[in-house]
Amino acid sequence: MTLEIRLSHAFPDFRLEVDLALPGGLTCLFGRSGSGKTSIVNAVAGLLRPDQARIVLDGVALHDLPPYRREVGYVFQDARLFPHLTVAQNLTYGPRVRRQQPRGLDRIVALLGIGGLLDRRPGTLSGGERQRVAIGRALLSRPRLLLMDEPLAALDEARKAEILPYVEALRDEIGLPILYVSHSVPEVARLATTIVLVEAGRIAAAGPAAAILSDPGTATLLGLRDAGAVLTARIAAHEGDGLTRLQTVAGPLWLPQVAGAVGRTLRVRIAAQDVILSRTRPEGLSALNILPATIAALHDGQGPGVLVRLDLGGEFLLARITRRSAQALELLPGQAVHAVLKSVAVAQADVGGRTADDSA
Amino acid sequence: MTDWLPPEAATALALSLRVSLVAVLVSLPLGVLVAYALARWRFPGHGLLNGLVHLPLILPPVVTGYLLLLAFGRQGWVGAALWDWFGFTFAFRWTGAALAAGVMAFPLLVRAIRLAIEAVDPKLEEAAATLGASRGVVFATVTLPLILPGVIAGAVLAFAKAMGEFGATITFVANIPGETQTLPTAIYSFLQVPDGDSAAMQLVLISVAVAMLALALSEWLSRRVARRIAGR
Repeated sequence: MTLEIRLSHAFPDFRLEVDLALPGGLTCLFGRSGSGKTSIVNAVAGLLRPDQARIVLDGVALHDLPPYRREVGYVFQDARLFPHLTVAQNLTYGPRVRRQQPRGLDRIVALLGIGGLLDRRPGTLSGGERQRVAIGRALLSRPRLLLMDEPLAALDEARKAEILPYVEALRDEIGLPILYVSHSVPEVARLATTIVLVEAGRIAAAGPAAAILSDPGTATLLGLRDAGAVLTARIAAHEGDGLTRLQTVAGPLWLPQVAGAVGRTLRVRIAAQDVILSRTRPEGLSALNILPATIAALHDGQGPGVLVRLDLGGEFLLARITRRSAQALELLPGQAVHAVLKSVAVAQADVGGRTADDSA
Repeated sequence: MTDWLPPEAATALALSLRVSLVAVLVSLPLGVLVAYALARWRFPGHGLLNGLVHLPLILPPVVTGYLLLLAFGRQGWVGAALWDWFGFTFAFRWTGAALAAGVMAFPLLVRAIRLAIEAVDPKLEEAAATLGASRGVVFATVTLPLILPGVIAGAVLAFAKAMGEFGATITFVANIPGETQTLPTAIYSFLQVPDGDSAAMQLVLISVAVAMLALALSEWLSRRVARRIAGR
């Protein structure tokens, strides 16, 4: 899949200028509220008519089509289920208005776990249930691209945790290209295969998720506190004492009981502030996870902190330390160090990129 | 009906029902269109259209009747054309009574439908569009079902208003028994003759009953709109 988005639109208070060429997978549009993320997605859906637009999805010029002929699914922040229809009727709305058979209904209902809700009315559903039905409704319209505008923003942490695996399943099992708007770094780090940083109506940076997240320059745009890189890891073994051994490019990591079969690929996120640097291999430390690395770059920010980019041998890690420590350790690019990881977050799903079987 | 009502009164009641029903049914599609335009579209002349629709509510009914006579009378600028081309006239016919009733009831009809449309979130219509529904299909499958109780409530209210229309009707098409003598004009006529009191009272009671019934029905339907939009 390729999606080309070129937009120019003058709003009363700011100007939107976008020029993007996106690959398949899940692309996160990240930025502050009011930065123009939703406007970009609305333009792709045809709900916003920009002054100038060129939006091409796999050779089809979407900008020439009215919204109902774009075959672009849209999951809104506020579900927008039709209140006068049951869940089942909401789900099959797309195929019905296009006079098609609702193909893949059973599979999507099972994937989203909404089989028990089919006869209910939207007003009786919880926020999480509503959002899953909205995702199912968008999927059943057989879109060639799925737009998701902060689909989790209105939900509490428990409900978010309920939905995230379904979004990962869309990315990995169905292989549907997704344009996902978010301003939550953990969400972006967990879901994105491509990241686009939007600032005041402009694209500040765009690229593969791992590169954007581990680049000190762009990591600061995501917010210092949330800066952190993502590594791919493979489950090597579930060991007797309840720890799971993960294999990364730089060596093993041990984490408490990670779900998944041996051999499965995971994506782990390591926040920059959870990484401690040591010039020598530390001894007598309770930390289990210590990876050898080479300093790729030091990035001075404003304030007392320094972001250090660490090369693990093809994949990158970020460490956030004080400038004082950096000077005391006399850190320089090219130096060998050891990264001590205080905590590691695991996304319970495969890293995107597996090709989809089109059996739906 | 004829057992307990004087024949003139029964004729007037039957005519009133026919006039009101035709008035409401014919004006309903136009009412929905105008209500939708006023609720959803911004266009030059929006305020003018809104004013025009509400004019019969504010003008003395006799003025509305006179304006109708000027426009749709046999010599009127529309009426003359209708007569010349189609041999059709509203003047002193029951169809004229229906036109007068329809015009007088139109503001109520449009107001009720417009309120129902404004209660429908346009975001739902956007969502329907992204699922593949064209504008017309969105209206038929999302907007209309959601406003239907409001449309019916408006129609009921308009029907009650049409049943009671007096001033514009008598000015436009006079008070001809069997042709343009509706319930209110019949009551007026009965009150002009020495022994007409009891017949007038019967018609008055019927009028009150129709009005009450219509109001209750319209209230009940309005509550249903709210429930329906809440999706329970």
